[in-house]
Amino acid sequence: MYEQIASNKRRSILLVVGALLLLGAVGYAIGLIYRAGPVGLVIALVIAGFMSIGSYRYGDKVVLASARAREVTAEQEPRLHNVVEGLAIAAGTPKPRVYIVPEQAPNAFATGRDPDHSSIAVTQGLLDTMNRVELEGVIGHEMSHVVDRDILLGTIVATLVGAVVLISEFFMRSWFWGGLGGRRGNDRGGGAAGAVLLAVGFVLLILAPIFGQLIRFAVSRQREYLADAQGALLTRYPPGLASALKKIAGSPTAMRSANNATAHLWLNQPSRVEGDKMGALEKLFNTHPPIADRIKRLEEM
Amino acid sequence: MVVLWVLLGVLLVGLAAGVFVFNRLVSLRNRVDNGWAQIDVQLRRRYDLIPNLVETVKGYAAHEREVFEEVTNARSRAMDASSVPDQASAEDQVTKGVRQLFAVAERYPDLKANQNFLALQEELTGTESKIAYARQFYNDQVMRLNTLIGSFPSNVIAKLFRFTPREFFNIEEPVRGPATVDF
Repeated sequence: MYEQIASNKRRSILLVVGALLLLGAVGYAIGLIYRAGPVGLVIALVIAGFMSIGSYRYGDKVVLASARAREVTAEQEPRLHNVVEGLAIAAGTPKPRVYIVPEQAPNAFATGRDPDHSSIAVTQGLLDTMNRVELEGVIGHEMSHVVDRDILLGTIVATLVGAVVLISEFFMRSWFWGGLGGRRGNDRGGGAAGAVLLAVGFVLLILAPIFGQLIRFAVSRQREYLADAQGALLTRYPPGLASALKKIAGSPTAMRSANNATAHLWLNQPSRVEGDKMGALEKLFNTHPPIADRIKRLEEM
Repeated sequence: MVVLWVLLGVLLVGLAAGVFVFNRLVSLRNRVDNGWAQIDVQLRRRYDLIPNLVETVKGYAAHEREVFEEVTNARSRAMDASSVPDQASAEDQVTKGVRQLFAVAERYPDLKANQNFLALQEELTGTESKIAYARQFYNDQVMRLNTLIGSFPSNVIAKLFRFTPREFFNIEEPVRGPATVDF
């Protein structure tokens, strides 16, 4: 467990340094093309610095907002709050904040940076379909992610990769508007800038699938098995989570807000496609082990 | 000269190990204390909830007097318990009493539809499971502390600074497991 925590912290730092280097290189290249010298590098590093600090401090808020999760009080959802508090006691950590995602597909995720700043979100569908023992199994799994600092790495991955998607969209859009400006015949520099932005945009678009591989590399599927096992250790009752996973596997409901930047955070791979099939792009970002495998392992415990 | 350096080295390593063991003992003792405080919080929560539950059930099933008396007596015995084993066995009786109360409630459909009763039932079920989890955490920490205190060479440091083994919070039957009733 301590090794897992150390490894997650190490990977998080590596990821942030990697993002700094990548953005710095892009900024330096843009600076060279514009003959602005090291200004591009400085600006890019400042942006990357703010992004890294932001994804560390506010990553959980971004992730929760992107899932449209809303915080609920103990009065609104007593059962969920009781279960979360119980498992926090079992793990010996402070109680995480509790959120509900307005989705019918049963699923859950945890986010934050450490046990003192953590949140657990479950979908409305999960609350409606799971009994108490199953709910405890699911929350035990999420609590293990909190204790192991999987949430730190997962949240930074989600926000930094989400930022790359945003930046690539920004470049494509500014190429579009820059292109219009060029056509109006402002100055020739606009045309050159447009070409550069187009190139960067395309590069980022090509990079997107590679980033998918990167996520899979950073958040190995092994940690889902590990969280299943640790969660079962917390509840001392593996069949609870096994039964919950069976219900999730049997649920045909699609998740409307599923996206590739946060897929790895969820209890089970969220899919926009109904049934147990996945979209082609979602398969590329497949971050979870097959659910049947996880059930089998839990049943063998 | 070389012998002196070697001796100094051994002494330093021994000292570092001693400091490490001491810090580990202190942190485990704090975790045991925290674990016990958490059990205490949840037990008190249950003491507060039981009279409310008894009153609510009485409103629908006034003649089930023995059950009410049993659970009320168990509660006051548990509140008076002083040592860890006494407390554990008294709480065991409280748990049994509460379960009996819920079993009685099963026979009264009107009571089971009462919003106040349902809220109390959720609170008590939640508190029961928090007690179980708090006990699990406490016992885990006690086991780690006692192992460290009992094994060599950490027992030397433990004896030197008077760390004493703690008592487990044991109960007769497992609260969690396949038999868990899902209300």
